[in-house]
Amino acid sequence: MSNKTFGVLAEFDTPASVFEACEKVRDAKFSRWDSHTPFPVHGLEFAMGMGRSRLPIFVFACGISGASGAMLLQWWTSAVDYPMIIAAKPFFSWQAFIPVTFEAMVLFSAVSAVLGMLFLNRLPRWHHPLLTSERFKSASDHKFFISIEASDPQFDPEKTPEFLHSLGATYVELVED
Amino acid sequence: MDMRSNVDLVDRRPALVDPHEDFQAITKRVAAPIEWKTPIGWWLFFIPSVLLAASYGGSVAYLVWEGTGIWGINNPVFWGWAIVNFVFWVGIGHAGTLISAVLFLFRQKWRTSINRFSEAMTLFAVACALSFPTIHVGRIWLLYWVAPVPNSMLAWPNFRSPLLWDVFAVSIYGSVSLLFWYVGLIPDLATMRDRVTSKLGKFAYGIFALGWRGSTRHWRHYEVAYMLLAGLATPLVLSVHSVVSFDFAVSQLPGWHTTIFPPYFVAGAIFSGFGMVLTLMLIARVIFKMENIVTMHHIDNMAKVVLLTGSIVGYAYAMEFFVAWYSGSQYELFAFINRATGPYAGAYWTMVTCNVVIPQILWFQKMRHNIVLLFIISIFVNIGMWFERYVIVITLTRDFLPSSWGYYSPTFWDVSCFLGSFGLFFTLFCLFVRFLPMIAMAEVKTVVPEADPHPEEAATGGAH
Repeated sequence: MSNKTFGVLAEFDTPASVFEACEKVRDAKFSRWDSHTPFPVHGLEFAMGMGRSRLPIFVFACGISGASGAMLLQWWTSAVDYPMIIAAKPFFSWQAFIPVTFEAMVLFSAVSAVLGMLFLNRLPRWHHPLLTSERFKSASDHKFFISIEASDPQFDPEKTPEFLHSLGATYVELVED
Repeated sequence: MDMRSNVDLVDRRPALVDPHEDFQAITKRVAAPIEWKTPIGWWLFFIPSVLLAASYGGSVAYLVWEGTGIWGINNPVFWGWAIVNFVFWVGIGHAGTLISAVLFLFRQKWRTSINRFSEAMTLFAVACALSFPTIHVGRIWLLYWVAPVPNSMLAWPNFRSPLLWDVFAVSIYGSVSLLFWYVGLIPDLATMRDRVTSKLGKFAYGIFALGWRGSTRHWRHYEVAYMLLAGLATPLVLSVHSVVSFDFAVSQLPGWHTTIFPPYFVAGAIFSGFGMVLTLMLIARVIFKMENIVTMHHIDNMAKVVLLTGSIVGYAYAMEFFVAWYSGSQYELFAFINRATGPYAGAYWTMVTCNVVIPQILWFQKMRHNIVLLFIISIFVNIGMWFERYVIVITLTRDFLPSSWGYYSPTFWDVSCFLGSFGLFFTLFCLFVRFLPMIAMAEVKTVVPEADPHPEEAATGGAH
C-alpha cells in the first residue's frame, strides 16, 4: 500500500496559468482531478467543468423545517399542552410567534449550510495524501496546483506529468498514497 | 509613494490593499503577529485585561451568592446597569455582522481587510452581552426555564413575551456569528497549519483546519455556504436588534412604547459597533503593522459609516421628541422633557453630545484622516452609546403616578460588573490577535489585482 501512487501534482505560479491549464485538463477528459488555490479563483470551478453547487436546496429544506418546527412548538405549548390566557390574546396568537419562528429558521439554515458544505466536501479529512507533500504547503499561501489522481482511467505515470509540464507547470511531482 | 501607485488604474478607485503586497507578502504580514515572539505591548494589554476579567468573575460570584440586591436596582427600576450593559454590548456586536454579511452581499470589497477582526469583536461582545441578562435573573441555576424543556411546573415559556424572543434572538445570533466566523477562518487556519513549525501549533491549527486543502471542488461549496451565511446573517442582525428594542417598545411605558425603536436601535447598534471597531482597529493596525492592508481608505469608509449612523441616531432623538409632542399624550411628552431636564439630564446631554454633535466633525476628510482625532471620536461614540441605553432604562424612574416614582443610582457592584465585562472582552480579544489570523488572508488575496485569472481583459478595460 505504502508505495502506491496517489497521483501527480503540478505547481503553477499565477491564477491565470492555472486557469488555462484547468481548461485544458478538462478538455483532455480527465475525471478524477482537482485544482488547489490559496483563495477561490473567480470562475475556476466552471473552467474545470463543474456546475453550481446544490447546497442551497439542502439549506432551504432545513430552513423550512426549522421555521415550521418552531411554529409547531409554540402552537403546541401555548394552545394545546398548557393553554394560558396572556394579555387577553388568543391561545394561538401566531403573530407573536413570528420572531422565534424566524430565528429558528435562521439557526437551522445556518447550521445546515455549514454541515452541508462539510459533507459535500467530505471534510473533515485530516490525512489526505496531498497533505504529505512538502511543496503542497504553498497551496495555502501563494502557489496554485493541479492534482490528477492515479485512479483516473486516463492516468499514465509518464504521460500525465509530461502533459502537465506542457501546460506551463513550473514543477511536477508524483505523490505517494 | 506617489498617488498613482495607490490607485487602481482600471477604474480609478483607490487600491484596496497597498499595491506592493503580493500573495506571499499578505500571508507573511498577517501571520507575523502569530509567529513573533510575544511582544511586550501585548502583555501590557493582556495582563490588566485578565485581572479585570477575574474581577468580573469575582463580582458575579458574589452576586450569585448574595443576590441581585447588591446592585442599585429597586422598585421601580428593576432593570439597572445589567440591561444597559446588555444592550450596549449586543449593539457593539452588530458592526461585525454588518461588515461581514451586509457589505459582502453588496460586494463592498474593502470589507475583506476588516471583516475577521470585526467578526471576532462581535463574538466577544455577544459573549459579554449574554452574561448580563444571565446574571440579572438572580437565580441563574433556574435559567433553563427560558428554554422550552419540560420542567417540574409542567409549564412552558411564554412565547408571547419579547424577553423570551430576546433569549432566542441573541443566543442564535451568537451561534450563527460563531459559525460565520469559523467558516471564514478555515482556509486561514490551513495556512497557519502549513506555516507553523511547533508540533503543538501544527496539531491545533491542523485539527481546526479540518484538513482543508484549497481544493476548487471544495471552494465551490464553500463559497455558496459563505454567501448563504451572509444572506442569513443580514436579516438576522436586523431582527436581533429589533427584538432587543421590543424588550422596551412592546411595554406600555411612556418613552418606550414607540414604533421608531426598531430602526433607531439598529442604527444605534451599527453606530456603536463601528465606533468600537475603530477603537480597536486604530490600535491594532499600528501595533501589528497592518497599515498596508488596513489602509486609510478603510479607515475613511468606517468614519463615514459612523457619521451616517450617528446622524440617523440624531434624527431618531429629534423624532422621538416630535412624536411625543404630536401624540398629545402628556405622559409621553413628560417622559421626554424629563429626560432632557430631569434628574438625569446630564446623561441625556452626554448622549446627545457624544452621539450627534461630536461625530459631525467627520464631515471633513482632513478630520477623517487624523488617526488620533478619530480614535478620540470613537471613544466618545462608545461612551455616548452607553449613555443612550442608560437614558432609556432610567426612564423607568418616573412613569404615570408620581407616588410610584423613584431614583436610581448604581452601587460599587454595578460598576465592577460593567468594568469587569471589559476585562472579559479584551482578554478574548488579546488571545484572538495573538493566536488567530486577525485578517482574512484568503479573502484579501482575492482583491489584489494578481488574483484576476484574466489579466489581459482587465488591462484592456474589458469585462470587470
